[in-house]
Amino acid sequence: MLGKLSWAAIPFDQPIPMIASLMVILTMLAVLLLVTWKGWWPYLWSEWITSVDHKRIGVMYILLALVMLVRGFTDAIMMRSQLALAAGGAQGYLPPEHYNQIFSAHGTIMIFFVAMTFMVGLMNFVVPLQLGIRDVAFPVLNSVSFWLTAAGVLLVNMSLVIGEFARTGWLVYPPLSELAYSPGVGVDYYLWALQISGAGTLLSGINLTTTILKLRAPGMGYMRMPIFCWTALASNLLIVAAFPILTATFAMLLLDRYLGFHFFTNEAGGNAMMYINLIWAWGHPEVYILILPAFGVFSEVIATFSGKSLFGYRSMVIATMAICVLSFMVWLHHFFTMGAGADINGFFGIMTMIIAVPTGVKVFNWLFTLYGGRLRFDAPVYWALGFMVTFVVGGMTGVLLAIPPADFVLHNSLFLVAHFHNVIIGGVLFGAFAGYTFWFPKAFGFKLDERIGKAIFWCWFIGFYLAFMPLYVLGLMGATRRMQHYDVAGWQPLMLVALVGAIVILTGIVLTGVQLVVSIRTRDQRRDLTGDPWDGRTLEWSTPSPPPAWNYAVLPSVDGLDAYWEAKKSPKSRLQNDPEPETISVPRNSPIGFVLAFFAVMAGFALIWHIWWMAIAGLIGALMTILAHAWRVSDEVEYIVESEASRAAI
Amino acid sequence: MSASSLTHSEVREIPLSERGPAPRNVVVSFGFWLFLLSDIVIFAALFAAFAVLSHETAGGPSGDDLFDRSRVLLETAILLASSFTCGLMSLAVEQRKLIPAASWGAVTFLLGATFVGMELSEFHGMIESGAGPDRSAFLSAFFTLVGTHGLHVSAGLFWLLVMFAQVLTLGFRPMVLRRLRCFSLFWHALDIVWIGVFTIVYLGAH
Amino acid sequence: MAESIETTEDQEAGAPRVAGGSWQGYLIGLVFAIILTLASFWVAGTDMIWGPGVPILLAVLAIAQMGVHLVFFLHISSAPDSLNNILALAFGVFVVALVVFGSMIIMANLNANMMSMPELMNMQR
Repeated sequence: MLGKLSWAAIPFDQPIPMIASLMVILTMLAVLLLVTWKGWWPYLWSEWITSVDHKRIGVMYILLALVMLVRGFTDAIMMRSQLALAAGGAQGYLPPEHYNQIFSAHGTIMIFFVAMTFMVGLMNFVVPLQLGIRDVAFPVLNSVSFWLTAAGVLLVNMSLVIGEFARTGWLVYPPLSELAYSPGVGVDYYLWALQISGAGTLLSGINLTTTILKLRAPGMGYMRMPIFCWTALASNLLIVAAFPILTATFAMLLLDRYLGFHFFTNEAGGNAMMYINLIWAWGHPEVYILILPAFGVFSEVIATFSGKSLFGYRSMVIATMAICVLSFMVWLHHFFTMGAGADINGFFGIMTMIIAVPTGVKVFNWLFTLYGGRLRFDAPVYWALGFMVTFVVGGMTGVLLAIPPADFVLHNSLFLVAHFHNVIIGGVLFGAFAGYTFWFPKAFGFKLDERIGKAIFWCWFIGFYLAFMPLYVLGLMGATRRMQHYDVAGWQPLMLVALVGAIVILTGIVLTGVQLVVSIRTRDQRRDLTGDPWDGRTLEWSTPSPPPAWNYAVLPSVDGLDAYWEAKKSPKSRLQNDPEPETISVPRNSPIGFVLAFFAVMAGFALIWHIWWMAIAGLIGALMTILAHAWRVSDEVEYIVESEASRAAI
Repeated sequence: MSASSLTHSEVREIPLSERGPAPRNVVVSFGFWLFLLSDIVIFAALFAAFAVLSHETAGGPSGDDLFDRSRVLLETAILLASSFTCGLMSLAVEQRKLIPAASWGAVTFLLGATFVGMELSEFHGMIESGAGPDRSAFLSAFFTLVGTHGLHVSAGLFWLLVMFAQVLTLGFRPMVLRRLRCFSLFWHALDIVWIGVFTIVYLGAH
Repeated sequence: MAESIETTEDQEAGAPRVAGGSWQGYLIGLVFAIILTLASFWVAGTDMIWGPGVPILLAVLAIAQMGVHLVFFLHISSAPDSLNNILALAFGVFVVALVVFGSMIIMANLNANMMSMPELMNMQR
C-alpha cells in the first residue's frame, strides 16, 4: 500500500537532520498559523498563488531563491565547520554518509534552486517591463513554470525529513547512483525533484524566448533591445536547447533504476561515461544560463550609474550570442581526466580558452563604460565593481583549468571548488544581489536600506575571499573535494580561515533579512514616487513603482536604444503617441499552476517511494487539471478594467 | 496599439522587428515551434545513446536478429499516410469545414493507432523472446528511443481525441484553431523523428 | 497582450487566412517522401552499392526527406516572418548535431583509450 515507505524512513536516530527538519517544520507551521490568524489566505490566494502577472511570479521566484539560499548555506556552513574540526585523527561531528548528503544537497540546491531560480525570477520581472509590453507570451504557463519549480523545491526539502538525499555528489554520476550502489531513495528524490522543476524551467525558457522574439513594443527592433533582454534571450535559448538533454539523461538513469535498463550500469554493456558525457552537454550550457543574465544586470547597472550609454552595445550583443553558441562546444573539459586522448582534450581545451575571449570583450566594455562616467556609488554599483574584480580572478583560474595538463593536477581538488565558487558567487550571486537591489524599488515602490545594502556587499565580498582563497591554496597543496576529514594537520589553519569567511558570509545573509525588515518598516520615508529612483535608461523606469498589473496602458513607441533616457533628455522624443484607452483587458488569475504542482508533488513523492496507485492518481489528477484548463473560454481568460478608475485606485 | 493604427502602405516600410507585438496566432505557433525543437533535442540525446550503445549487445541478440524491415516499411508507410491526412485535415480546418475535417482527423487517428499497435506488437514479440530492454545496453537504448517516439504518437492520438471534443463543444474558435495548428506541427514533427529512427535504428543495423 | 488578442481574433474570425499550403503541396510532399523512403530501404537492402557508401547515402536520403517534410508539411519558408523560426531551427539542428556527433566522437575516443567496465571490475577483484 505504501511502497517502500515506513516509519523507518524518518531518521529518528540522527539528531542533526531531526533538529534541522524540526526547525523547518516549526517555521513552516508558524508561518501558516500567522497567515491563518491574520486572515491573509484570501489575499495570498487571489493576489499571489493564482497570479499570472509576470511581476508577481518574478517576485515569488526570488523569494523562493532567498529561502533556498538559507537552506543551501546551512549545508555550506556545516561543511566548513566539519572541515575546520576534522583534521588529523579527529572525525568532526558529521558522519561520512551524512556529510555526503550535505555536499550533494548543497550543490543541487545552490545551482537549481538558488542561482537558477533567482535568475529566472529577475528575467521574469524585468524582461516584459524592459520590452515595453504587458506580460509574457504565455502568462498562465508562466505560473505553471513557477509552481513546478516550487514542487521540485518541496520534494528536495521533504528528503530532509522522510528518507534521505543522494550521497552521490550534485550530478549523481553512475555507476554509484545506480540501484546496485545507491539502493536508497536519495537518488530518486534528486531525480524526480529535478525532472519536475526542470520541466518548469524548460517551459519558462520557451515562454521568455517567445516573449523576447515576438512581443516587443512598437519600434523596438533587435538592436534597440536593452542589453539585459539580449542576455535573457541567450540564456533562455540555452534553456530551450540544453534542458531537454538533462531531462533525457535523467530519464535514462530513472529507467536503469526503476525498470532494470542498462544505459549506465556496469553489466550488460552499459556505459557510465555516456551519462557523464550527456550530463555535461547540459551542464556546461547551464553555467552560461546562470551567468549571462548576471552579465546583463551588470551592464544595466554600470550604464545607469555611470550616466552613460553602454560602451560597445553591438559588441556586447555579439559577445553574448557568441557565448551562447560556444557554450555548447566545451563540455568535455569537465572530464578531461576520464580517458579522452590528447587530440580530443586539446580541442576542448582550446575551445574553452576561446570562450574567454567574448567574456573579456564584455569586461572591457564595462570598464570603458565606467571610463569618463560620473559614477554614483549606490549599492548596486558596489556589487558590479566587486564582480568585475572577483570574476576576472575566477575567469583566470578557469582558463588555467582549461589547460588539460594543468587539469590533470588540479581536477577534483579544492582548487576546482574554489574556481567555480569564484565564478558563481562572484558572478551569478553578485549579479543576483545587484539586480535585487536595483529593481526592488520598481517591484515594491520603495528603496532598500542603502547602508545595510553596502554592509551586505562587504560581508559577501570579504567573506568570499576569506572562504575561497584558502581553498585555492589547499587545492594546490593536494586537498581533494568531498572529503569528510583529512590527515594533514597542516591544512587546518587554512580550513579555519575558510570557516571564518563562511561566518562573514553568514553575517551578510542575516543582514539581508535585517535589511528587508528595516526597509519595510521605514518604507514611508524611502518611497519612490517618481518611478525612476536611479535616473534609469530603459523603459521599466517610465512606469510607476510598483507598475500597474498591465504595465503600460499604451505600449510605448521606441525609436532607439535607452528609450526612456532619450525621452527624458530631449523634449521632442516621446514614448507615447496614442491616447490612453478607456479599458484594458488583463489575463485572469488561474489556479492551474498551483493545482498542477500539487499533483506533481503527489506523483513525484509516490514514484520515489514506489507507491504506484498514488503515482497514477497524481498523473491522472494532473491530466484532468490540464483538460479542465483547456476548456476555459475567452471571457474566463481575461477581464476588462477601466484604466482611469483603476489608476486612481493605486 | 500604434502598429495597428498605421495604414497598409506605412506598415510595408517599417521592418518586421519594429512593428510591435506579433498577433496571437504567430506567438502561439512560434512558442510551440520552440517546444518542438526542445523535444527534438530530447530525441537527440536518445539517438546519441543509441548510437553509442548499439553494439553493446552483451551476448544477446543484435538488430540484425530482431528487426523485420518489411514491417518497418509498412509502419513508415502508415505514418507517412497519416501525415498526409493530417495535412488534409488542417486544410479543411482552415476552411472551417467540419465534416471533412472530422473525417480526415478520424483517418489520421486510425492510421496513428495502427502504427502504435504495430509497434506494441513488435515490442511484445521481442520481450516474449527474451530480448527485452533489460537484456543489454543495445536493447535498453532501442526500447527507449523507439518507445519514446511511440509515446509521442500516443500522446498525439490523445491530443487528437481532445481536439475532436473541443471542436464539437467549442466550435472553430480562434483558440481551438491555434491548438489544431499546433497539433499538426506536432504530428509532422514526429514524422521527422521517425525518419531518423528508421534510418539509424532499422536500416543502419548491422 | 490582451488587446492584441482581441483584435487578431476578430481578424481571424472575419477573414480566414489559409496558413498551411494547399492539398497539391501535401501531395507533392507525400510523393517525394515515398520516393525517398523507398530509396532508403532499397539502398539498405541492396548489394549493388559499395558497402562503405551505404551509410553516407542513407544519411543523405534521410536529410533530404527531413527537408521535404519541413518544406511541404511544416511549411518552413524563407519569408521574412518565418526568419525567427528558421534561426531557431538552425540553432536546434546545431545542438542536435553537436550532441549526437560530439557524443559519438567522444565516446569512441574514451572507449579506445580506456578499459571497458567489466574488465576494470575484474581487475579490482
